Amino acid sequence: MPVAERSMVGTLGLALMGAGLRSARPLQKIVLGSVGAGLAAMAATGRNPLATALKIRQTPSGDVLVGDAVTIGVPADELYARWRDLASLPQLMTHLQRVEVLDERRSRWTVSAPTGEVSWEAEITTDEPGQRLGWQSVPGATIDNAGEVQFRPAPGGRGTEVIVHLTYRPPGGTAGAVLARLAGEEPAQQLRDDLMRFKREQELGFAPTTDGQSSGRANAGGSA
Amino acid sequence: MKAIVWQGANHVGVETVPDPTLLLPSDAIVRITSTAICGSDLHLLDGVIPSMDRGDILGHEFMGEVVEVGRDVKTLRVGDRVVVPFNIACGVCDPCRRGLFSACDNSNPNHRMAEALYGAVSGGGLFGYSHMYGGYAGGQAQYVRVPFADVGPHKIESDLRDEQVLFLTDIFPTGYQAAENCGIVPGRDVVAVFGAGPVGQFAARSAQMLGAAHVIVIDRVPERLAMAQTAGCQTINYEQDDVLVALREATGGRGPDHVIDAVGMEAHGHGPGALVDTAKQRLKLSFDRITALRWAILSCAKGGTVSMPGVYGGLIDKLPMGAAFAKGLTFKMGQTHTQRHIGPLLGRIEAGEIDPSFVITHRASLDQAPELYKTFRNKHDGCIKVVLDPWA
Ligand SMILES: [Zn+2]
Ligand SMILES: [Zn+2]
Repeated sequence: MPVAERSMVGTLGLALMGAGLRSARPLQKIVLGSVGAGLAAMAATGRNPLATALKIRQTPSGDVLVGDAVTIGVPADELYARWRDLASLPQLMTHLQRVEVLDERRSRWTVSAPTGEVSWEAEITTDEPGQRLGWQSVPGATIDNAGEVQFRPAPGGRGTEVIVHLTYRPPGGTAGAVLARLAGEEPAQQLRDDLMRFKREQELGFAPTTDGQSSGRANAGGSA
Repeated sequence: MKAIVWQGANHVGVETVPDPTLLLPSDAIVRITSTAICGSDLHLLDGVIPSMDRGDILGHEFMGEVVEVGRDVKTLRVGDRVVVPFNIACGVCDPCRRGLFSACDNSNPNHRMAEALYGAVSGGGLFGYSHMYGGYAGGQAQYVRVPFADVGPHKIESDLRDEQVLFLTDIFPTGYQAAENCGIVPGRDVVAVFGAGPVGQFAARSAQMLGAAHVIVIDRVPERLAMAQTAGCQTINYEQDDVLVALREATGGRGPDHVIDAVGMEAHGHGPGALVDTAKQRLKLSFDRITALRWAILSCAKGGTVSMPGVYGGLIDKLPMGAAFAKGLTFKMGQTHTQRHIGPLLGRIEAGEIDPSFVITHRASLDQAPELYKTFRNKHDGCIKVVLDPWA
C-alpha cells in the first residue's frame, strides 16, 4: 500500500474511530524516546509501522475493514443502552465532535478537520436491543462508512463480549485536506483505545490517570 | 517533598519535588515511614527497562500512614498504618476478581504503550516502574499518591515494626508465589533457587515453609550464600562449581524437582550464550540475558516446574526448548499477585514463622540512596537489602 494511501486510510480511521490526539502524544513521545528498544521489538516481531499498515483488512469491494473486541463485566442491556444513546458517543470516541439525533433512525455525525468540520448523515440499519446495533452512512455522505457493534454474553458470568466492525471507503475530495496533518494514525489502535475507554467507563466509572502527579520534571503537578 | 528521581541510565538523584495530591476520588495519600530499594530497581538504574522519563519518582516497596483519602475511599481512614503492594489493581475487572491482581485490565493508563513494546496486552500498573507500566510516581519519597486505595493497601493493626512487614509489599510475596507456583509435594520435593538476592532468599524460605524436603540455593556472592545457609539451605557457588553437575550430585542425578529462577533478565554467567546475551542487550537488540533461565531448564528434573519470579522484558532466544519438551516441564511465571498474599503472609509473620527483617543489611536516609543504589548493584559491602527512612 503506497504511503499516501496509507496516510489516507490512517486519517480516515481517525475520523471514524479515533482516539484523541491528546492520548496519542505521550505514546509517541515515549516510543520515540526509547526508539532502540521499540525498534528492536518491532523488528523481532516482524511488525514495523508499514507492516502494521499492510495488515489493514479490506472487503472484496475495496472498503477498509477494522474490527476489535473487548469483554466488559457489565450486562449486555446496559452496554447496549450506552451505545444506543448516540448523542453521547463522542464521550467514548474522542475523535467525534458530536452526533445529532435527527429521528428514530437518522443521525448526523461530525468530526473536526483542519479544513473545518466534516459531517455526514447515518441511519441505523440493525437494532436488536441488548444484542446488536448497526449503522450506515446515507448515500452521498462525505465519508462512506458503516459499522456494527455486537453484544454477547461472555462464558462463566464474565459479563459481555463487545465486538465492533467498521468499514469505510477511502474517498478523495473533502477529506483529502485532512490527510496531511493527521497522517500516521492507526485506525485499529484507535478502535482498541475506544473500546478500552468504554470498558473502564463501565467497570470503574472513571479512567485511571497520572495527569498532574508529582515528578522531578518542571511544571509537574502536585503542590510545592 | 524529597524523592528519589530517575535522571537517566546510571543516574538517580535526590530531588525536591511537589507533594502529591489526590487526582481521583478513589486515591489516598500516604506519608511514607519506610521504603526499600528492590533488585528490579537496578534494571531501571541500568537503563534496560524502556519508557523511563527523566524526573520519574522511583520506588515500589513502601509503607506508611494514610494522611488523606478521596471521597470514594471506603476502607481506609486518615491515620491508618498500611503496607502498599507494588502493583496497582482495580479490584473489579475479571483478572482482579480471579485474584490475578498483577494482570489487572484497568489500572494501566498507558496500556497501548505496553502493547506497542511487547506486541501483546499489558498487565496492570506498577508504582515507580516506567511509563509502559502506567507511569505512576513511586514511593522512594516522603509521600505518595496511592490509586485504587480500597484495593491495594493492607492495614497493619498489630505492633510489628516496619522492618517486619515492609517486605509484604513485594519481595516476600514474590518469593512466596514463586515457591507456591512449584506445587511442592511436602517431604518429597527438592527445590533449587537460582539467585540468592532478596527474592531468592524469600523463595528459599517459602519453599521450606511449604514443606520442601531439601532446598539448594545457587549464587556467586559469598554473603548471600551464607544468608541462605543460615536458613538451612545447601548452597552452590557457580563460579567455583559446574552448576549442572553439582545439582545432579545433590539430587542423585534426578535434578531438582522444581527450579526457581529468581534472577531474571540481567543474569550474569559465562559461556558463549551469556556473551551473546550481553552484547545483544548492550546493542538494545534484546532486553534479556537468560543464563539463569537456561540453567533452570537444563537442571530441572523430569516433570518438574520452572518457576520464574525474575523479571523478563522482551523476546528471548537460545532457550533450551528441546530439553524442556523432553522432560515435560511446566513453566509458571509473572508478576506477583501481591494483594492476595499479604493477609496470609502477615499471619505467618504474626505467628512467628518468619521474621522478614533477616534480609536487611543496610539502613539509610533518602539522601544516601543514590550511593546505595550503586552499592547494591555492585554487591559491595555485603549489601543484600537496603531500607530507607524518608524522614531521617
Ligand atoms: Zn520489586
Ligand atoms: Zn483490575
